[in-house]
Amino acid sequence: MSLEIQARFRVDRSAFTLDVDLILPGRGVTALFGHSGSGKTTVLRAMAGLERAAAGYFALGSEVWQDESRGRFVPPHQRALGVVFQEASLFPHLSVRGNMEFGQKRTSTATNRFSLPEIAELLGIATLLDRAPGELSGGERQRVAIARALLAAPQILLMDEPLAALDLKRKLEILPYLERLHRELALPIVYVSHAPDEVARLADHLVLLDQGRAVACGPLNEVLARIDLPATFADDAGIVIEARVAEHEADDLTRLEFPGGHIHVSRRHEPVGTLLRCRIHARDVSLALEPPMHTSILNCVDATVVDLAPTDTPGHVLVRLDVAGNPLLARITRRSADKLAIRPGLALRAQIKAVALLG
Amino acid sequence: MEAHDLAAVWLTLKLASVVTLLLLVFGTPIAWWLARTRSRLKGTVGAIVALPLVLPPTVLGFYLLVMMGPNGPIGQMTQALGLGLLPFTFPGLVIASVFYSLPFVVQPIQNAFEAIGERPLEVAATLRASPWDAFWSVAVPLAKPGFLSGAILGFAHTVGEFGIVLMIGGNIPGKTRVVSVQIYDHVEALEYTQAHWLAGGMVLFSFLVLLALYTFNPARRKAL
Repeated sequence: MSLEIQARFRVDRSAFTLDVDLILPGRGVTALFGHSGSGKTTVLRAMAGLERAAAGYFALGSEVWQDESRGRFVPPHQRALGVVFQEASLFPHLSVRGNMEFGQKRTSTATNRFSLPEIAELLGIATLLDRAPGELSGGERQRVAIARALLAAPQILLMDEPLAALDLKRKLEILPYLERLHRELALPIVYVSHAPDEVARLADHLVLLDQGRAVACGPLNEVLARIDLPATFADDAGIVIEARVAEHEADDLTRLEFPGGHIHVSRRHEPVGTLLRCRIHARDVSLALEPPMHTSILNCVDATVVDLAPTDTPGHVLVRLDVAGNPLLARITRRSADKLAIRPGLALRAQIKAVALLG
Repeated sequence: MEAHDLAAVWLTLKLASVVTLLLLVFGTPIAWWLARTRSRLKGTVGAIVALPLVLPPTVLGFYLLVMMGPNGPIGQMTQALGLGLLPFTFPGLVIASVFYSLPFVVQPIQNAFEAIGERPLEVAATLRASPWDAFWSVAVPLAKPGFLSGAILGFAHTVGEFGIVLMIGGNIPGKTRVVSVQIYDHVEALEYTQAHWLAGGMVLFSFLVLLALYTFNPARRKAL
């Protein structure tokens, strides 16, 4: 099931204009990333039909939910989609089970791919079914809200900063469940966020929004590795690699393999062969022309310079590298760039000081 | 207590029950509209609904009497329909009381609907509930305290009215003579013992109603 999502919305408000024209893959997680006021939530609400863009087109595959040029607007309750809001917004007059059954009861059983016990198991809420929403923790409430949305037989799941209202501990508690959704359900997810960490961890596809416009849209790494964009991620600039656990070594290190080389990290508990997402910040990558001999930095890969551009950090430049077809970003001082005569096409060694393992 | 006192009590309870029921039926859509509309008419409609709070009952009664009278628009309509004239009948009393007690029912329900906010209804919509479905399955259950307050206040206020009853209903035993009018009659006739029974009963009733309201629904205390 690989549908294409087409979303074109134009909204004019006195202090805000939204004008986006997006084509998104019908699978995996697409993150809408931007600062507050960038219009990401408006896009999501327009997709759900909770807001009607005066000029709008929204289709999931052949199913057209909005086409203002033909006066077509399907109201939200007739769209097969699920929405998870920032606050769980559970119905206080219903139990956890009652909340989960609310949408399920209103969809035909034929279209429902999931059963309540399955979803409760998937989200780890099977023991909470008879509780009242008021008796749950914030993280539990949000998991129930996700379960409730999934049980309404959605063809697409829209999530509006589902973790933003939670503290760090609850976030870490809920993220693995989101990754499970991603892995185990063939359901496209549109995920609104302003947290670079969440995006790096969950997204396959990334849309950058700025002041109501989509400034970039593409596969996660393609967008992350662009150095020509306004500094959306600023200090968090960096790329994400999918690496495979290759070996647990004797000195408490685990070797990860990715196309282009391998990197060592502190011992992981995952078995050999597991795919892990790692994030490598540009600020953690340094460059050397010669293979460094006497250094404490273990991780070092061959790379070629693709391009370089100034960054928002004074005196620094962002260098885009190619590592066997994978992008890598390095942030170095302008002085070093000049000293090493960094230029497109130059082959060098990239030293990776730190790798953030996601998940 | 004498027979006509009991008749007055019975009539009062009947009137208050019918009026409360009608107010829940007609007041709920008004409350919903007032709570949700962005129309410029909201202020006007809200003010009209609230008028009985500030108008002397005699003013409201006077206009209703004129409108329901033989030359008034309502009177002409009821006559054309073969229903006769409404003043000095039980149905006339019901209509007058509905107007007079309207804000006491509409306002608590409107406040309750407003307190729910947009979000639960949006959630319901994304879970396939049509607006009509969401109204019954989400808005009404969440506004239950408002309905309870509205019903209790509407009932109690109808029981306690006097001026408008005299204007529209007059003082016909068994037909329009409610407790408050009966007390007035007793006092006029210097029958203080009977007046005491009924007045004391009213005090006790009103106290119990308010006690129930405050005990089961503490949030309303501030609004009252």
